[in-house]
Amino acid sequence: MPAPALDSVRPAFRAAAAAFVPETAAADAATWERLEEVVATALAARPPRLRRQILLFIRLLDLLVLARYGKRLAALDSARRSRLLQRLGASRLLLVRRGVWGLRTLVQMGWYGQPEIQQRLGYRASISGWEARQ
Amino acid sequence: MTNRRYDVVIVGSGAGGGTVAQALTPLVERGKRVLVLERGPRFRDEDFTGRELEMAPDLYVDGGGFLTADGSMTLAFGQGYGGSTIVYTGTSLIAPERVIRHWNVPGLDYADVERRSRRYVSENNVHLLPSELINDNNRLFVEGCVNAGYHAEQFPLNLRGCRGSSLCNLGCPNAAKQGTNRVQLPNAERGGVEVVTRAEVLALGDRRLQVRVSPRPAGGKGTEPEWAPGEYQVDAERVVLAAGAIGTSTILLRSRLPSLPRSVGTGFTCHPAHILVGEHPETITNDVGHPKSFFVDRAESERFVLETCMYFPFITAKNLAGFGALHSVLMHAFPRLQMILVLACDRAIPENRVTVTRAGRPVVHYRFTPEVIRAMVQATRASARIFFAAGAVRVHAPSADPPLIEAGDAGRIDQLIDQRHFQRGRISISAAHLMGGCGMGRVTDEWGRVHGLPWVRVADASLFPDSLEINPYLTVMALADRVAEGVLNG
Repeated sequence: MPAPALDSVRPAFRAAAAAFVPETAAADAATWERLEEVVATALAARPPRLRRQILLFIRLLDLLVLARYGKRLAALDSARRSRLLQRLGASRLLLVRRGVWGLRTLVQMGWYGQPEIQQRLGYRASISGWEARQ
Repeated sequence: MTNRRYDVVIVGSGAGGGTVAQALTPLVERGKRVLVLERGPRFRDEDFTGRELEMAPDLYVDGGGFLTADGSMTLAFGQGYGGSTIVYTGTSLIAPERVIRHWNVPGLDYADVERRSRRYVSENNVHLLPSELINDNNRLFVEGCVNAGYHAEQFPLNLRGCRGSSLCNLGCPNAAKQGTNRVQLPNAERGGVEVVTRAEVLALGDRRLQVRVSPRPAGGKGTEPEWAPGEYQVDAERVVLAAGAIGTSTILLRSRLPSLPRSVGTGFTCHPAHILVGEHPETITNDVGHPKSFFVDRAESERFVLETCMYFPFITAKNLAGFGALHSVLMHAFPRLQMILVLACDRAIPENRVTVTRAGRPVVHYRFTPEVIRAMVQATRASARIFFAAGAVRVHAPSADPPLIEAGDAGRIDQLIDQRHFQRGRISISAAHLMGGCGMGRVTDEWGRVHGLPWVRVADASLFPDSLEINPYLTVMALADRVAEGVLNG
């Protein structure tokens, strides 16, 4: 079941996620669910203020795109979406840079934290250490 | 509320608290009651699975994502039976003499710190790993240093039976790392010291602690707490605070005790760090073998230290600047990545301090001084030279824009890696060597006794009046040993 914490921002969240980690665009429903579950769990463990800030940032991002391009973030083509997030990520305002960094970090946690994804990258750390390589 | 009474209560069970607990067992022999309160759980050996997202929430405060007040730096500190000694890599260096001299604490001399450190070098089986256990990630660092003109030194490590899982930062799954959870705390418990886990100190009053013991969450790691969940009032003749550089200051600041020194929380330092990545043309052994076996010490001349490191995929992704296709390509090169951790040797300045919110939550204020930024940029340049000298085809440097530097541009490192690209909030900066807040000489005397509160002592990295400029655990143990001697002598 999709994580309820992201219900109010899901389309914008997924659109931003696809810009941060392009492979997510081709992810199946189960992989998305796992990603969002990780993000929701991480948010739940953070101070309430930080949690509110992240969700507010996603909403503001979506509204910014609406004001500027007349459509929501999810409807923006991927190249424009990436350029916009790159620009915001290098903004003069620390608050904006932090917002992009925080959101991208959550998406990366949800994606690269998954053991199956880690295996696909070639990550092979094992409790058995050197023995596992023999 | 349940009442308990002890002669000595130690708050925290890491390098400081664990050391004090063991050193106070003679008190138990004399009929005194000694208690250790640890806010985290007591992990079982089978809990250490090495899975990144499964371990981090239990092992680290805020899952390792505790942010400074302006959100520009992540502070990682452990929780659990053994504190941060569960999650360090076991590096065990004796403090440099020049640093102890610079601290200038009346009554604290280098010989004393060195003597006590050597005791724990011996007790924790500190030694150099044999060459056959050194992986490519470390070997390439040494090779790059030799070729680029840097002096690499080998880390003494406190290991016993290391199998090379490379998972030190997620808690050793093979019980090889000799943290306080493996050595000092079990000794203390055998000697009659009580340890209660999942026990958080909510308030500190006059010789009295208010403690909340939480149950093991459903599906959570670790054992049930030793005391029944609930709130306790614990009376203690003496209290030793060893809850870490953030935890100890937080407990003291929350207490609002009338004679509390005004300088509590000041002098926070943390060795701000970046993770740098070099991509090699061939697969290397990086996610097997001890991850941190060598370092370059340029602290005295250039205010930085370089260390080998190897992190897990999410932490690696987080530490690469930027995102999108280029970031993704580098992540898919994981088996070919070499990593270096750069650490700046920061100085205690008035702005960098721990405070608490009205609700009692810790807030860490940290300003990056021009000296720290310069050191991090210099360290990044040095690392890039080492990567290329070791044969890397491209290097990822956060303080470059774009962050990827190809081997063909190795001659332009000084132009490409520049302070103007060190942009807080855009690049990942983290720290795990959290120090200061209750500086010896400033907040405490040379035996860790808090000025104005003789029944409270501090025994952790909070005592450092300025940064240590090396990995801190052995020095924490040395100072904690000293504090314990003070307690034993009354």
